[in-house]
Amino acid sequence: MTFTSRYPFSASHRLHSKQLSEDENWQVYGRCNNPFGHGHNYWLEVTVSGQPDAVTGMLVDRTKLDACVQEEILSRVRHTNLNEQVPELRDLVPTTENVAFVFLDFLKQGWAKHFPMQQARLDRVRIYETRNNRFEIKANEV
Amino acid sequence: MLITRRVEFSASHRCAVASWSDEKNHEVFGADANPYGHGHNYVLEVTLSGHVDEVTGMIVDLKDVKTVLNREVVEVMDHRYLNAEVKPFDEIVPTTENIAREIWRRIVPHFSSDRVQLHEVKLYETENLYVEYRGE
Repeated sequence: MTFTSRYPFSASHRLHSKQLSEDENWQVYGRCNNPFGHGHNYWLEVTVSGQPDAVTGMLVDRTKLDACVQEEILSRVRHTNLNEQVPELRDLVPTTENVAFVFLDFLKQGWAKHFPMQQARLDRVRIYETRNNRFEIKANEV
Repeated sequence: MLITRRVEFSASHRCAVASWSDEKNHEVFGADANPYGHGHNYVLEVTLSGHVDEVTGMIVDLKDVKTVLNREVVEVMDHRYLNAEVKPFDEIVPTTENIAREIWRRIVPHFSSDRVQLHEVKLYETENLYVEYRGE
């Protein structure tokens, strides 16, 4: 069984690769290459897999999950400029593909601290950049 | 990694098998067999799988995905009566299952490279009913 919780956050970014020329950047990223950046209301979904506890009936303690996501991800990215203020993204283009990789890594690094005893496993990270575009990565994919 | 693009289109259809009697169509398809047809706001989610390009940080340019979906699906089906105006639904019943298969058939050639493959077509007929198709 899986359990998924959704966390909205807002941030800005600019898609620009240091490995490409100004013209190439504009060609590849279009308006997303605007030097001043632009923002999104993202939705982050974190999925946990496991079995419901025989006593509590819960697959994961959602208060702990909320605290984990808050500490490991949201506190670092909410209302930030992803290019400038998230060190792990500084050398990457903050496409939502790359943001998904980095967020998954944040969760993996902090998971054992938040869930030392639990059987619940991190299963998937999904990020909606807009209502119409979403990106997902399985925890065992990298 | 998976990437999903969502688009909407509205269309009307009638579910009935041409060679069957009105009674039998009504028995099988119920209100969907209404001879005057009826419509839905369809929501289509197309999921692609692929690897992230090292330089651009992208699996695929979403503008290109949008262009394909608009050309192959929205411009073809939006505000149409599927049975009369969109092939092959003059010959097969435009159930949500068959529409999903037809959408897969139309777009799969555009997402069959080494870098990106069509993973799933998910078509919502209403908020409460959807079909998932993976080309099986």
